[in-house]
Amino acid sequence: MSEALLVLDKVVKRFGEHTAVNGVDLQISQGEFLAIMGPSGCGKTTTLRMIAGLEEPSEGEIRLNGKRINELKPWQRDTPLVWQNLALFPHLSVLKNVEFGLKMRNVAARERRERAMNWLERMDLHAYAGRNITQLSGGERQRVAIARALVTEPEILLLDEPLSALDAHLRIRMQSEITQLQKQLGITFAYVTHNQSEAFAMASRVAIMSDGLIQQIGSPREVYRAPANHFVAEFVGSNNILTGTVVALDGDRATVDTAHGKFNVPVPDPAPIKGDTLELVVSADLIAISDSAGEYENVIAGELISEEFIGSVITLYLDIGDGTVFRVQKQQHELDALDYASGRKLFASWQGKDTYVLPR
Amino acid sequence: MSTDRLIAYALRGWFFIALIFIFVPIIINFIFSFSPERFPTLPLGGFSTGWYELILSEAPVPRAFGNSMKAGVIVALISTFIGFAAAYTDYRYRFLGKNFYLALALLPPTIPVLILGLVMLMFLSRVSLVGELYSVVLAHVVYCIPFAMALIRLRLAQMDPNLESAAWNLGANSWRAMREVILPFTLPSIFAALALTMAVSFDEYMIAFFVGGVTETLPVRVLALLQGQVSPRINAIGSVVFTISMSLVILSQILLLSRRSGERNVAAGGK
Repeated sequence: MSEALLVLDKVVKRFGEHTAVNGVDLQISQGEFLAIMGPSGCGKTTTLRMIAGLEEPSEGEIRLNGKRINELKPWQRDTPLVWQNLALFPHLSVLKNVEFGLKMRNVAARERRERAMNWLERMDLHAYAGRNITQLSGGERQRVAIARALVTEPEILLLDEPLSALDAHLRIRMQSEITQLQKQLGITFAYVTHNQSEAFAMASRVAIMSDGLIQQIGSPREVYRAPANHFVAEFVGSNNILTGTVVALDGDRATVDTAHGKFNVPVPDPAPIKGDTLELVVSADLIAISDSAGEYENVIAGELISEEFIGSVITLYLDIGDGTVFRVQKQQHELDALDYASGRKLFASWQGKDTYVLPR
Repeated sequence: MSTDRLIAYALRGWFFIALIFIFVPIIINFIFSFSPERFPTLPLGGFSTGWYELILSEAPVPRAFGNSMKAGVIVALISTFIGFAAAYTDYRYRFLGKNFYLALALLPPTIPVLILGLVMLMFLSRVSLVGELYSVVLAHVVYCIPFAMALIRLRLAQMDPNLESAAWNLGANSWRAMREVILPFTLPSIFAALALTMAVSFDEYMIAFFVGGVTETLPVRVLALLQGQVSPRINAIGSVVFTISMSLVILSQILLLSRRSGERNVAAGGK
């Protein structure tokens, strides 16, 4: 059986007493776009740095094309990285920056100039070849950094939050540029970010990390709709989590009694028995809201405490008792008929089948 | 006129007076070095380069000048090299006792030169290295390293810590990254350090007096001359020394400042 392009096998990284990465298993195949996502300090950047050889794993093995690369120095492997702060060489011109990787591989001056110019053209930067890095805008620098990393035509490109310094508009544009580039080149991208929309928009697979471990890995849709555990459910999307015990089982439906009411949910696999504790995930975008009774079978009542506009989407925050906050996400036009002044009592409701039960 | 502006003018005036006090003697020194007369009088009796010709014709002065230049160049090269190594060590590595190491490395200029000269003399005479030009070089290197280190550290502190790793990531080994990234980036400060350490060595009297013995550097010769007799030759020598040292110091400042203003644009243009 042929192995994936890059394999991390029970990789551990300790810095003194602190364990940054605590046994990561990860397989990245040829041509895929993997996003590694997690809160700061979860070990995602350390993982990327180990792949690049900037940190050596304390335990475990990293294999590229089936060969162990743990001990290889960064310059002995071809794993270019696009840095969070870009780390372009300020003393070199745009062209010299892009040429750098080829120069280090002792490619003859003419050939490396040609290859670097090709990349600059591809990134629409050929007019800037002779310029100083300081004379470029943020987006142009971003593209120089990508060209510099790709000029050696590596099998894998590592990206460490490369868009975090850009403003929102530019970020969206660069997202689609990077996605397209990856599709055209067909090489593997490993992309570290803490930004959910970035990861979901670009990646074919998403790995969620926390506390030095991969919590879940799967397609953006899987991770979004079927979180593997409490952490992922809280970290991804805007989910509401309710905990309760099973009080009735009827075919493929179960009734769960929580502090905020009884709810019908689909029976998960493996099936629970009466008295089992279940965690229910209700995605904020699958909830209906009204000011009188509920539209669907599962109803929760709460007092509106605040609202948040993001473009056309509004998130309502309901206090459903003892300070627990319940989130409901709606398109703005859906709320036209509703009087949702702060302090009003509102009813949130959703269908039993839209409830996701976390695996135990 | 508001009080603020009054204060501003007063301060500027005060500063101007201070500058006059500092520079008038030097300017007078320059002017009288071209006076043909034995005793300086105003207005000048004429224009003459006689004193310059005289100091060039007296063997001890050109010899001392040569010694100073030789020592200056060698000291600049050695102390800048060691200063760079020390600064890079500080930039790149973390190790036990690093603060102690730094304190030790930056210590020599804080010791009074009288003491430094004395202990250097005692030490060098014990190991029979005293009285030669290389004794002066040795002692001056010790004294100059911290200046070089401080300048180069300043520059390294402005460097994005990821640049070196970025070079490795793109296939440069440690030496190559040093040559292609660290050295070009720190080059202005290296030149500045060369100029400054040379100026420090060129000007330094006390240590050179103690350890040099009969090998005289220019400042030592000048003092010897002064002790004998006050001669307008001093004006000529002073002008030469001042011109050389100031050129070096100004060069060092230009190198440091010109690069820094360039990088400020980077910061402004970024993000």
